[in-house]
This record gives sequence, structure tokens and C-alpha cells, in this order.
Amino acid sequence: MSERGGPGSVGRGDRPGPTPVSGSTRTGPTTEEAALAFEAAGVKTAPALTEENLRDLDRDLDARVFGAMQSISIRYLLLVGFLGSVVAFGAFAFGWQIYKGIGVAGINRPVFWGFYIASFVFWIGISHAGTLVSAILRVLKVEWRMPLTRAAEAMTLFALMIGGLFPIIHLGRNWRFYWMIPVPNERGLWPNFRSALMWDLLAILTYITASSLFLLLPLIPDLATARDRTRGLRRRIYGLLSFGWRGTQQQWHRLHVAMRVFTIVVIPIAVSVHTIVSWDFGMTLVEGWRSTVFGPYFVIGAIYSGMAALITVLVLVRRSLKLEDYVTLRHFDRLGKVLLAVSVIWFYMFWAGFLTDWYGGSTVAKLIQHEHLVGHSAVLFWTMMVVNVLIPFILLWFRRVRTSMTAMLVISLLVNVGMWIERFLIVTSPGINSLSYNWGSYTPQWPEIAIATATFAAFALLYVLFSKALPLISLWEVKESWRVDRWRREGLIEAESDVPPLTMGVPAVTGATAVTGATAVTGATAIGGRGGAS
Amino acid sequence: MVVDLDVCTGCQACAVACLAENNVGIVGEEEAAIGSAQHWIRIERYWDEGEYPEVRAQFLPVMCQQCGKAPCEPVCPVFASVHSEDGLNSQVYNRCIGTRYCAHNCPYKARVFNFFAPQFPSPLEQQLNPDVTVRSVGIMEKCTFCVQRIRRAREQARVEDRPIADGEIMPACVQTCPPGALVFGDAGDPDSQVSRLMASRRGIRLLEAFNTEPSVVYLKREGGLDV
Repeated sequence: MSERGGPGSVGRGDRPGPTPVSGSTRTGPTTEEAALAFEAAGVKTAPALTEENLRDLDRDLDARVFGAMQSISIRYLLLVGFLGSVVAFGAFAFGWQIYKGIGVAGINRPVFWGFYIASFVFWIGISHAGTLVSAILRVLKVEWRMPLTRAAEAMTLFALMIGGLFPIIHLGRNWRFYWMIPVPNERGLWPNFRSALMWDLLAILTYITASSLFLLLPLIPDLATARDRTRGLRRRIYGLLSFGWRGTQQQWHRLHVAMRVFTIVVIPIAVSVHTIVSWDFGMTLVEGWRSTVFGPYFVIGAIYSGMAALITVLVLVRRSLKLEDYVTLRHFDRLGKVLLAVSVIWFYMFWAGFLTDWYGGSTVAKLIQHEHLVGHSAVLFWTMMVVNVLIPFILLWFRRVRTSMTAMLVISLLVNVGMWIERFLIVTSPGINSLSYNWGSYTPQWPEIAIATATFAAFALLYVLFSKALPLISLWEVKESWRVDRWRREGLIEAESDVPPLTMGVPAVTGATAVTGATAVTGATAIGGRGGAS
Repeated sequence: MVVDLDVCTGCQACAVACLAENNVGIVGEEEAAIGSAQHWIRIERYWDEGEYPEVRAQFLPVMCQQCGKAPCEPVCPVFASVHSEDGLNSQVYNRCIGTRYCAHNCPYKARVFNFFAPQFPSPLEQQLNPDVTVRSVGIMEKCTFCVQRIRRAREQARVEDRPIADGEIMPACVQTCPPGALVFGDAGDPDSQVSRLMASRRGIRLLEAFNTEPSVVYLKREGGLDV
């Protein structure tokens, strides 16, 4: 394999077009011709990449990513220590709550759910960014997603791991949580599948499984690259995790097929998960919760907060890992546009539910709205409206804002504050219910605040640890996109080619077109590590 | 059960009797102030329009309505809230893991939660009812219509080989109610006192719009006591 992946064979692409395919109206022009064509077209940012350039770029990318992974500074250790201690304090608060009783949290009758469930919905929402950016953009064959996918998929998994803890933390008897798991047990009792909470459990477990695989599958070639670039214990671990990846044609083919299947499968899973989370509320008899619009409303809310969280993470990762060349301003420009669009859709969905409740005339629902608009929760409600609707809508129209790191960081953080408030307002609305004698309010107590804070620290900690263990940028996909770009410019594949980057290495697809099978295969092989010979 | 709102004086004797009969924990002032008092039956007090002293209070005793279509039952993931064969809505304490979903879905807010392990300040621990479980921390509980009394009467009747007489079963609240505003009996028996009272034109069910088919019928106020 290594010979086929070597520079000699790949270099073939540099020479004037490969053997013209008979019957084809167009043969591949030379690199120089392509460069001239681009120059004539006024495309200044189109350097004619030779295979040598590409390999330099590859080396540079690898060096940066693996360099950052292997250097551990004092600042890094301090950060890990700080985040770790916040998490530890949260764990202490949880222990305290178990020891004293769930009553140390601010929940009461009638507000039986509080911070924990709001955080649960919030984190499950965050987890949607990974799926959206990665899977939807994969399906749509959007190429600028390349440097973003890994960071987004990791976010999905971490957010799910954290979000999935909250339903357990919030139980009255946390130590009995496994009674919800449908396994044969000594009590001879099956869980109640009519309960939306059971749907929740199954949906989240499914989503965790799917998103883990969705993260791990495209990691394999990069793990192989990591294996080839490290020594000692690290090498052995990476070797184990890369499942003997050698970059053979067959392996690439299987990876691409698996990714295509997963990309399609994971989207309905993600949508269903947040719909089911919304049904915890929407399917009840509780005024202010009972709603038909909650399903799509929660899904779009999840995408909204997820996109915002992704932007936050990207700004920070880009800066701390010095990835300015790969995660470019163009990416933020486009993410900003998506965020603007989602913001508008979110407001529309919110309004659809709000107006229906108001027009429906239910006394309790209207009282809850009254509290939101001018009552006790008005400050929270209007903060949410300003940061979720007004600020993004005014600012994100401007390219200068979308390409300013500070502005994007602030906006994305504000959106998530707003989305957190939104969940909080929904979860605590049963404070107003049908029998007014039982009205109550909710004030979070220190264990709830400590645990909620700890989960943010845990999320950051997982990310910080991840950044040292695995490449945060999907190396092979970035490299692949460069080659696709090059071949497109050289006319080896059509400009608006429907040859998706994912199938590029598969001769069955590309071999029949102007690209010779050999080039395609060897090009792909060169991307994913140095194969078995190393 | 029938609750005659014309007769209820709001004296709260039922609530005290219930605490004693059913081993309901004492939560203390602070918890009660945020609404977490454990009362299985509570007297809700509503003020009519008007300025003191020209104002009337209305009392509404609310306990679990033992709904025919109980909204608390389908939402429980672990079958802690189930329907019994005799139509009661029972709470199985040792199945409960404390999701509190049932409490949210109950429109009557009849369910109370053990946010802490129940306390029985001395000498209350001396009078715990041996027929009733003492609950633990983190589980949901609610009015059972004094199921222990129902079971005992049924077994007594079976031993004596006779049907249960009307008025033989008395939950603690019914037994205690000084003006006799609460009446308990078999609604399936057309000759029982509850059946006759339920047929009254004053009869209403609480929050009927939720379609929960409650077993408790309230006889609405038409005169009676001014309080």
C-alpha cells in the first residue's frame, strides 16, 4: 500500500491530464492551464496546488494538530485543575443532596421540577449542534463543514453525556434509577412504556449510541495517522483504537458506505430525541405545558442553542489551538447566517405557541403569560426576548459582525443564556396551576446551582481533555477536500461535481469519470496515514 | 366520597385526623411555607370578592380524587402509580423512584412528595399507625381513602359472610368531620347514602374539564354557613 500511496504515484496527477477517457468531451487541462483559467476569471485566492503543495499543507496541518496535542503547558494543567475542582464541588453537592434528601434543592410543591430539568433540556439541546452541522451538511455535501465536523460531533457526545445525568440527579431516589431500565429483574416488573419518561430514556440511549459511532467512525483514519506519528504507549493505544486501519481501498470504501448510512440515520434520531424531550411537557395535562407545537418548537430551540454553542466552542478552540488557517472567517460568516435563520424560525415557533395559548383563552395559560409579560418572571422573559430574538436579528445581518470573533462569541453566549432561560421558564411554569390555593414559586438553592455550574465545567473539561487525546479537526476530511478542490480546478472532476467528497476514494464512483481510478485511490490512500508499511 | 360544601366549616379536623391515621410526616414551618406540607387532605380557602370585614371565605377540602382516568398513572415510568381492582388509584411506595412526573400531571395537586425523610417529633413517633407504611425519603405519596380501613372492613365482612354495610367503612377524615360534611360509601350501590347525595342537583366534580372522572363529588354551596 505504501508504494501506491507514495509520492510517485500521486505525482502523476501533476502531469498533463491522465489518459483521456474516450468519448469524454473534455480532457483534464494541465495545472498551469487551470491556474491561468482561474486568474483570468479573477479568482485571486486560487493558488494552483501541486501535489507538492498539498503534501506541504498536509504536513503543516499534521504538525500543528499533533504538536498541539503533545505539548502540555502549565496553563493547560491549571485549566484542567480549575475545571476539575468545579466538577468536584458539583459532585460534593450531589452527595450532599443524596445524604440530606432532594429537599435541599429549591423544588417544592407545586414546582416539582426546577434547575435540573431545565439543565437537562438545555444540554440535550446543545447536543443537536453536532448532528446538524455534521450530518445535515454532509447530506447536503457542503464542503466548508470539513474543519467543523469533529468539534461538533464531540460536542454532541459530551452534551449528551452531561444532559443524560440530569434525570438521574433529579430523582428522589437516585440510587434506584436503574429501575427504569427494561431488563429482567428480581421485582418481576417491566417499566411502563406508556410513560414519556421511558421514551426519553430510550431516545437518549439511542442517541448516545448513534452519536458515539458517528464520532468514532470518521475518527478511525485520523487515529491511524496518530498511531503513525506517536511512539510508545500512545502508539499502542492509538493502534488499538484505529482497528488496524491501513488505508486500503476496501477500508475507505467501507468507511464511506458506513458514513453515508449513519449520516442519514442520525438525523431522524436527533429530531426524534428532542421531540420526545418536548413530549415530557407537551403530553401532560399541565396548563402552560400541554401543547401540540412543543415538538417542533423544542427541536428548533435545540438547533438554535446547539448552533450557538458550536460557535462559542469554535471561537475558543480556534484561538487556543491556533487553527486560524483552517477554521476561517468564511466559516463564521456562514455559521452566522445559519444562526440568524434559525433565530427567526425559533421566534416564529415561539410565537405560534404563545398566540395559540393566548387566543385559546385558558385562564391558567393566560395567567402564566401574564406573569411572563409583566409579572414576576418578566425580567427573565424579556431578557430572553432581547438576547434570543432582538440582538441576533439586528446584528447578524452584517458581515462585519459575523466575521468578528468577539461579536460572535458574545452573541453565541447570549443566545445560550436566552435558551437556558427559555427552558427554565417552561419547566417552572406549573407554579401557576388550576387550583390557585396551590400556587407557588421556585428559587434555586446552592446544590442546584453548584451542580448546574459543574456541568458546564465538566463540558469544558471533557473538551480540554479531548483536545489532547484526539485531533479536534478531521484531518483526513480536510485533506480530502483540498484534493477534491484541486481536481475540480484541474477539470479532472466537474466543477459542480456530484462526486461527493465522501465517495471520492471509491473507484467505482470516480473511476468511470475523467479521474483515473488509480489517482483517486492513491490520493485517498495518501490522506489517511502512511498505511501498513509504517 | 361526597363533600358537602354547604356543611364544611373549614375546621381542618380532617387534615389532623389524616396525619394521625396515615403516618404523614411533619415537615416543619419552613417547608410548609414553600408549599411542601405533606397534607393528604387540605382545606383550600378562597376569599370572595370584598373588603374585610365584608368578605366571605369558601372552603374546599381537596384530597386525591381517585380518578377513573387518572392522569398520574400513565406517566409513571415504574408503575408506582397504578389502578387497583376496586377502582382506587394506588401508590406503590417501594416502586417509586421519585421522578415527580405524576405530581405535575395531577390537576388537583393531590400528591405530596417526601423531599426529606419524614420526621415525627416526639411524642408523635409513639402513635404511628402499625397498619400503614412509614414512607422513606424521595418518594411520592397521597390520599388512599384509608385503604387499610377498607381492607379491614372487607375482611371482617368476608369472615362474617355478609356484604359490607353502608357506612361501615369510614376513612379517618370522614370519621372526624364534626359537621359531617364528608360522606364515604359505595357509589355502585344505588341505595347507599353517597349514591343518593351524588344524585343531588348540587353535585359537581372538581375540574371536570380535564375529563379525569373523579370519584369525589362535591355538593356546591347554595347557602349554609356564613363564615
